Amino acid sequence: MRETEVLVIGGGPAGLSAAVEAASHGCDVTLVDSDLALGGQLVKQTHKFFGSEAEYAGTRGIKIAKILFEELEAAKDRVTVLSNTTANGFYPDDGVVALVKDEEEYIRLRPKKTIVATGAMERLLPFPNNDAPGVYGAGAIQTLMNVYGVFPGERVLMIGAGNIGLIVSYQLMQAGVEIAGIVEFMPKVGGYWVHAAKVRRLGVPIYLRHTITDAIVEKGVVAGAHIQRVDEKGRPTEEIRKIDCDTICMAVGLIPTAEILWQAGCKMTYVPELCGHVPQRNAFMQTTNPNFWVAGDASGIEEASAAMVEGRISGISIARALGRIQGEAFQERYLELWQRLSNLRAGEVGAKIRSGLEKCSNCGCDWGEEA
Amino acid sequence: MTEKELLFNSGVLTERCPGAELPPRELWEKKKNGLVVIECPQRIPCNPCASSCPTGAIRPFKDINDTPAIDYEKCIGCAKCVAQCPGLACFVVDLTYGEADEALVKLPFEMLPVPVEGTSVDCLNRVGEAVAKGKVLHVTEPLRDKTRVVHVVVPRDRVMDIRAVRVVK
Amino acid sequence: MNLIKEHPILEFHHARKVTFSFDGRSLEGYEGEPIASALHANKIRIYRETPKTKRPRGFFCAIGKCSSCFMTVDGVPNVRICVTPLKAGMVVQSQKGNGSVPWSEPEAQKEGDGLA
Repeated sequence: MRETEVLVIGGGPAGLSAAVEAASHGCDVTLVDSDLALGGQLVKQTHKFFGSEAEYAGTRGIKIAKILFEELEAAKDRVTVLSNTTANGFYPDDGVVALVKDEEEYIRLRPKKTIVATGAMERLLPFPNNDAPGVYGAGAIQTLMNVYGVFPGERVLMIGAGNIGLIVSYQLMQAGVEIAGIVEFMPKVGGYWVHAAKVRRLGVPIYLRHTITDAIVEKGVVAGAHIQRVDEKGRPTEEIRKIDCDTICMAVGLIPTAEILWQAGCKMTYVPELCGHVPQRNAFMQTTNPNFWVAGDASGIEEASAAMVEGRISGISIARALGRIQGEAFQERYLELWQRLSNLRAGEVGAKIRSGLEKCSNCGCDWGEEA
Repeated sequence: MTEKELLFNSGVLTERCPGAELPPRELWEKKKNGLVVIECPQRIPCNPCASSCPTGAIRPFKDINDTPAIDYEKCIGCAKCVAQCPGLACFVVDLTYGEADEALVKLPFEMLPVPVEGTSVDCLNRVGEAVAKGKVLHVTEPLRDKTRVVHVVVPRDRVMDIRAVRVVK
Repeated sequence: MNLIKEHPILEFHHARKVTFSFDGRSLEGYEGEPIASALHANKIRIYRETPKTKRPRGFFCAIGKCSSCFMTVDGVPNVRICVTPLKAGMVVQSQKGNGSVPWSEPEAQKEGDGLA
């Protein structure tokens, strides 16, 4: 049995930020990540981030990952990193988290406090042949081409014009892959308008009010797709178009990865705006289980900039719960972080997030400690 | 919903609006080195254009979700915002450059192959159609971060359309 | 291998090149990178056949969650090849159906006591 003060599950933008923040206040941290290397989706982002300077705006995701890795390196005396390690379960009876490292080693770890920063999973749409090799998740395509330098295909049809669909289309073009088009059910792109403009001016068609009807399969793999126009009520029309492609990239949204939170007995609420079941949390990102905090996409699907700030908020709040920081020092840093998070969510594009958060946030401090 | 609205909703600028305004013509015609043209019509949480502007021409944002507002008198056409903008939404158009039928456009570039100075490139409009040939004057990398700024000489009557270039294969 | 050689933003640093076998063919890949990356770089996209409807399956999530890329690796079935690092000399086989665990072989008995 191992022990740790703070366990951070997930080494993406939220988990890395949480780990370095908690460590910077003197906490001993164990950071576990199921992937072969840390960084989550950050290490796949070749585009420059939005936000303000405090959120590294204008800096590419890959560079932001490097900055966080440097912070982690500087805190290495306080942070134990276990990669290729999956947190498989939480046992409420003795407070143990079961970890499996390298598919071989079984580790029982008892943390005092846990931050769940497990990120999200890709959604899939139901359509004939959606299981065929060549139908890939957007995150998977980014991993292949941006981490390992492998072509995911030669000609890709993108399904979904949210920020991920738009950005991954642009990244595919940077890698030298052709984009057959971007298909979006809604009458407008869901991602930032400027991301759409970037691919449009390079000649990529965006088929608004369209849906994929099926993948065409030859010799067991994707060889094309049919897309269909829908009317203003979303009903299919007669207009069907055949698209030549060898890969179909699914960018139709994400679902928070929340198993550990369920196991920890956190009160969970289904919030459509946050894309799934998410834990009730207070203004410190603490859940209804007083030993569990949450940050990033596991708390609701949002941008990586917000995930990093949430990680910091949970990190410093845990440091306070462990008595490592208090009073004005805490107040000052915490309020600064909270202000940054509020700014990111302030505009029209943040309206959906704000409305979702109203359904799962309890800022009245009914549980947890008071600020 | 009209076709024009759908076109805008797919990321194509169809008319000038807040965040995507043009400089006053009189000033623009005589401003050496050009003036910034920004096409960022949606309120999103992003401000590097303003925070990187060395002269304050892109006015500091009150709210990070503001769309950019520009004091054209202060703009020196330096193209720092062109290199900095995460949305690749900043351009500089210099109407004073070259012959009477020419103009210079400075635009962001992050693809391969990188245009070579002195060569001819295809100039693309907002839907990627090659609408003219342009001559590459300079290729710079102001922030040393692999976002290039391509200075391309284009037909003057096309400066309102040309927003990208592609190397002719 | 079908690799991205030039990229406007990224540089790729691959580890040592090793050989492994896929359904009896000898292929090259990079040590420590996921088996799925190596197979995909060799333009192999079908990794298994489903138990009931015999449908081909390949890569999908790349984070070890979706079960699409299960293969038999060094005799062990249901290995998530998207998150399993490649080693020199690995024997990678397409998986038909559920796969079977080689109980009869003494190697399989070598499991730990489950406690660390």
